[in-house]
Amino acid sequence: MIQRHFLTLCLLPLAIFTLAFLAIPLGRLVLAAGEGDAGWAIYLQILQTPRYLSTLGQTVVVSLAVTVAALAISTTAGLFLVRNRFVGRNTLLSILTLPLAFPGVVVGFMIILLGGRQGLVNQILPGHWTFAYSITGLFLGYLYFSIPRVLLTVMAAAEKIDPALEESARTLGAPPLRIVIDVLLPALAPALIAAGAIAFATAMGAFGTAFTLATDIDVLPMVIYTEFTLSANIAMASTLSVVLGLVTWALLLIARSLSGTNVAAGG
Amino acid sequence: MKSFTKIIPLLVTLLTCAFLLIPIIQSVLAGLTVNYFRGLSSGLTLKWIGEVWMLYSGSIFLSVGLALACLIVTLVLGVPAAYALARNPGRASRVLEEFISLPLAIPGLALALALLQLYGGWTEFRTSWLFILVGHVLYTLPFMVRSVLSVLAAIDLKTLEEGAASLGAGPARRFIDIVVPNAMPGILAGALTVVTLSIGEFNLTWMLHVPYLKTLPVGLADSYASMRLEVASAYTLVFFVMIVPLLMAMQWASARAQRIMQ
Repeated sequence: MIQRHFLTLCLLPLAIFTLAFLAIPLGRLVLAAGEGDAGWAIYLQILQTPRYLSTLGQTVVVSLAVTVAALAISTTAGLFLVRNRFVGRNTLLSILTLPLAFPGVVVGFMIILLGGRQGLVNQILPGHWTFAYSITGLFLGYLYFSIPRVLLTVMAAAEKIDPALEESARTLGAPPLRIVIDVLLPALAPALIAAGAIAFATAMGAFGTAFTLATDIDVLPMVIYTEFTLSANIAMASTLSVVLGLVTWALLLIARSLSGTNVAAGG
Repeated sequence: MKSFTKIIPLLVTLLTCAFLLIPIIQSVLAGLTVNYFRGLSSGLTLKWIGEVWMLYSGSIFLSVGLALACLIVTLVLGVPAAYALARNPGRASRVLEEFISLPLAIPGLALALALLQLYGGWTEFRTSWLFILVGHVLYTLPFMVRSVLSVLAAIDLKTLEEGAASLGAGPARRFIDIVVPNAMPGILAGALTVVTLSIGEFNLTWMLHVPYLKTLPVGLADSYASMRLEVASAYTLVFFVMIVPLLMAMQWASARAQRIMQ
């Protein structure tokens, strides 16, 4: 009996904190969405207002593009690093996971250094190559922080693949490309879906990078931010936040059920 | 054919490394050169670092202080809770674990809006550093809980505790003498994760902070928007010097905790 009380006591501080600063605020956010002039029809308003609709579309398109690119790059690099041991491998791996600790603003600055007015590309190449503040820059920024997250998920899964599978395919005469398509990719499929979901969700909600780069681009986090701070349209900011939160939460739930990874969706 | 299938992945790996590393090197160099636009030939200097220290040392100390406070709170809230969850591995525990993990899935911006709408009117709290701390704890707590929980779930806690109980140790005594030492690898990994994430947190902090409470990443955003490239780069360099060792320690501790679990 004393043991039960002690366990309850252990859980109590966390329960109080979570209730006060997570459960009730989220409940408040959901209610705030319906408190505008439009009431709950505000969710319909998203679909009827061209600006919000095109923002949603644009955010989904960029996030999808980042997901596909990050999956392609990280799977290639990840498989290569898992299957080859060579001098400098650990250094490459360290470089590839370095951006995990970078906040979105720093990632944005990295892209400015590459593609801003004083950027590297503009200095090396003739003509004016400034892409940092365009949708290309945003894409590269999202790619920058997605690569390490996808890479770690893919590598963790690739290390668990039984090498005997590959060997037997090889002894049966399968060429390398066939082995990748018929053996490795099916074995990696759950991890790839999980990693893709993580990359997509992270890109959808990335505020810091967008804040640095997307001053003129309508992506969902930026629109939520301007609705809240500039337009003081709190109902709409809340509604869009609820939609965004539901989408990213659902995606990461899928990712977790498939691979059990927990990578934070910062950025 | 064989070389072909090796060369392309190697090339992709190297190009990706270049994409990630080149801007980091640029920012290190830019933070140390006299005039970035004229290039390295203008000479190396620590002038910009000095300027960053003058302008932003307050934000650096605030971030370190916040990270330590965040660590203390997540330890106090998270370690006992992880123990309780490990002793009751049922459906309710799963749901609670999933619920406290929501801040990993919901973008910081949305969480910040939720907090602002509920507590924004309470001016004393809204304008104090505690408001930012709440955001940081929300975001880092799931890492502490899961890190400790996964280590505790891998050991036979019940047998250990029964042994101690038969010798007359009460619940609190068992928690301190048995649970905490056994959970140490998980606590260490969780602690390093909490500190690393807290120092780098921007999305929540930007919404929750007030102008005189700038954390390091908020100061970074400020310098990117309004300072010359050299100062922004020097500030980023200072951030790298702080965060990269933390990231490495965190990865080392997490790998160690995983090894011990097996």
